[in-house]
Amino acid sequence: MFNYTIRRSLLAVPTLLLISLIIFLLLDLAPSDPTANLPLTIPPEVREKIRQSLGLGDPIYIRYILWCKQFFINEPLNILEHIFGWQIGGDRLRVLSWQTRSPVVDLIVQRLPQTLWVVGLSYVLGIVIAVPIGVISAYRQYSWFDQIGTFISMVGFSVPTFFTGVLLIVIFSVWLGWFPSIYDTTHQVTDWSSFLVQVKQMIMPVSVLALFNAAQISRYMRASMLDNLNQDYVRTARAKGVRERIVVLVHVLRNSLIPVTTVIALGVPQVFGGAIITEQVFKVNGLGQLLIIAIQGGDVPVVQTLTFIFALLIVLFNLIADVLYGVLDPRIRYD
Amino acid sequence: MKIRTLTLSAVAAMAIAPSAHAERGSSGHVNIIYWQAPSTLNPYLSGGTKELESSSLVLEPLARYNEKGAMVPWLAESVPTVENGGVSADLTTITWKLKPGLKWSDDTPVTSADVVFSWKYCTHPEGGCAQNEKYNDVKSVEALDDLTVKVTFGLSKPFPYGPFVGAQSPILQAKQFADCLGAKAPECTEANFGPIGTGPFTVKEFRPNDVISFEANQNYRDPAKPAFATATLKGGGEATAAARSVLETGEFDYAWNMQLAPDVIKAMEAKGKGKVVAAFGTLVERIMINFTNPAPGLGAERATAKHPHPILSDITVRKALSMAIDRKLLVEIGYGSAGRPTCNVLPAPEIYKSSANNACLVQDVEGAKKLLEETGWKAGADGVRAKDGMRLSLLYQTSTNAVRQDFQALIKQWWKEIGVEIELRNIDASVFFGSDPGSPDTFQKFFADVEMYANNFDGTDPEAYMSNWSCKQAPRPETQWQGNNMPRYCSKEYDGLVAEMATTGDLNERARLAKAMNDKLMQDYAILPLVDRGRVSAHSNTLGGVVLNTWDSELWNVADWFRKK
Repeated sequence: MFNYTIRRSLLAVPTLLLISLIIFLLLDLAPSDPTANLPLTIPPEVREKIRQSLGLGDPIYIRYILWCKQFFINEPLNILEHIFGWQIGGDRLRVLSWQTRSPVVDLIVQRLPQTLWVVGLSYVLGIVIAVPIGVISAYRQYSWFDQIGTFISMVGFSVPTFFTGVLLIVIFSVWLGWFPSIYDTTHQVTDWSSFLVQVKQMIMPVSVLALFNAAQISRYMRASMLDNLNQDYVRTARAKGVRERIVVLVHVLRNSLIPVTTVIALGVPQVFGGAIITEQVFKVNGLGQLLIIAIQGGDVPVVQTLTFIFALLIVLFNLIADVLYGVLDPRIRYD
Repeated sequence: MKIRTLTLSAVAAMAIAPSAHAERGSSGHVNIIYWQAPSTLNPYLSGGTKELESSSLVLEPLARYNEKGAMVPWLAESVPTVENGGVSADLTTITWKLKPGLKWSDDTPVTSADVVFSWKYCTHPEGGCAQNEKYNDVKSVEALDDLTVKVTFGLSKPFPYGPFVGAQSPILQAKQFADCLGAKAPECTEANFGPIGTGPFTVKEFRPNDVISFEANQNYRDPAKPAFATATLKGGGEATAAARSVLETGEFDYAWNMQLAPDVIKAMEAKGKGKVVAAFGTLVERIMINFTNPAPGLGAERATAKHPHPILSDITVRKALSMAIDRKLLVEIGYGSAGRPTCNVLPAPEIYKSSANNACLVQDVEGAKKLLEETGWKAGADGVRAKDGMRLSLLYQTSTNAVRQDFQALIKQWWKEIGVEIELRNIDASVFFGSDPGSPDTFQKFFADVEMYANNFDGTDPEAYMSNWSCKQAPRPETQWQGNNMPRYCSKEYDGLVAEMATTGDLNERARLAKAMNDKLMQDYAILPLVDRGRVSAHSNTLGGVVLNTWDSELWNVADWFRKK
């Protein structure tokens, strides 16, 4: 297993480099212009100067190598300096955003808390809701509980978050006035009452996303449980006189969780990717909103860096999912 | 408009009166929402409206425009003119005098050195300053003494109020930005995110593309202002949500630029939590006519002056297209109180506004048909007119935007009625307005027959704007498709007017020239103006002192805002 992990990690290096090159080329091919969103009153000569100052005058391979150097060498060194307080070398040029003219990594660090709180919590909540629903739905297949569960997951899965989000805002912010419609990213939790404010502003975005996540995972859980419930080992366990509770919650559930765990692991990168639409609807302004604003503004360094980090996470969590599968299921061995 | 201006001024007067007795910070906190989030607080590095306006709470120019478009001294004692001796008789120098005793928010004095530095900062060749145009033709900026600055132009400048006037070219603190010149400009993140200014507020925290927290500037020149102790400027989302947060939920006090359907705004305003305010500037939604042939078969000479447009070179067609449009209906559907039908590409300020073209306000489909009929454009079996084997079939492009697509559909219908076949096309705004010379879809390349978008000009002087349609401004391969003359309109007479204006100093004479240029463009039907678009913003009923200004930053008078009791 250890050898397998090492081999996969090493193989990931060229894969990721290739991904970064493809992202870079795609972005370069895209007909977007960082000065396109400026008012038309700014004349073309000035726009050209702005583009030059952003480094767009250099040939593409120079820009790619520069990005690689900034991202793979300068940024990690900076992080090391930051953590250990070392001083390595002098000034290094960091990956700078074109819109804000500030380091991209700083922007990402600033956005992470919102995204992890809102999107991460909704993922955890989604799992907590989905697993029991999946188990009961499968155990009592075609009962009223299963029907309602199926209906709700279909709704959660097929109704887009820009609809449910705005619906919740209209009901709970405009009509009832219970929750704020705009998320305050500067809010700090210092005591009980400020914690309540935080909970209030998180309820709507978290529940919208949790519904979506739960819908997905509960279907996997149900399907996996159904597969196992009809297996011979379940009949054997029942025939031995094992109590039904133990049969379902120990034998069947543990076996059914194996594929679900990998699905959950593979979904984690989505958390970091933020939920672009939900963040926009509730003005959470996390990573998703950072990405969409950068795309709209033609801010290539931000799009490049964020997309690459997502690619990195996807590769990483794919590996984790594979390893987890091996750990959970003794029949699976990679070596 | 007169009545609106009067009411606005009356409201403003009432609003300012009580706040004069108030103390700094007595009104607590104000929440402002911009649905486009500011990316930086250094307007020289961005040029976007959202950055200009958010930084105007902190950074200030020497003079700015008020809500009527008149110049008012801001950091300067008075606005220099030829009469008061501030502008030299040959129009080559302008001398500004700072108000005495001004202080930066860090308690250091504001001096003429800061003004000189701001010029150096923006004109550094490697800086990529977005407001470079404001400093066009400036030869030198010298500090005559601690409070006096002399700007010398390389030529006679009839309108010398480019540098240091308006939200576009504010004064930076020399001390803070001393190491940030040229290529180093983007690396000064701390300074760009937290400029030290003279304005009513100082930056407490800046989160790029998200939110800005402000505190009252304790060194602000008026000890009683600002009435608000703190301010938050939240960014992001879309216009509907911003409007909702002011008009329906009341979470925010002021929402900027609500480009929404008229009925949506009306329904929200009916909730009674806030008011919608509108003001008009120079923004005109217009259709540009292509005078050159965009046929793909022409290869590199496509859409250049070498090949005149086979259909649109005929003025009767251009005129008929204009006559068939119902501008009043367009306003009603697309903009409501935020728009007015217009027949001029130069709709304001008042002294530049021509009244010679108002006939276009009335739709005349029959007249248009008759005109085409008389000049030999005969309807074919499918209702599409043709002349000499040339079918009246046009490609109509614009950027992707709900209102613009509505306009396209309506106008297509009207043009169909007069026998013109229209193919519609819409292009993502970042591509359409992007100036990538490699892309065939930009508004400069104009590989279509007609295209629609909106444009305006900064400040109140139309000279640069009107010179957009001189022959040499036509985008073409030799200029890497840069230039502002999208129709590729070219007239000796027009160029003569442009040259004349560049050497004329007298305001009334300039007004006459500007009107003559506008009339020439309108009567040649090179541009079909549609809607004079106003700016619509909303504020809550408890926020006082708001005076909407389209000539400068919307937040220009934030120092006078206060909370109504």
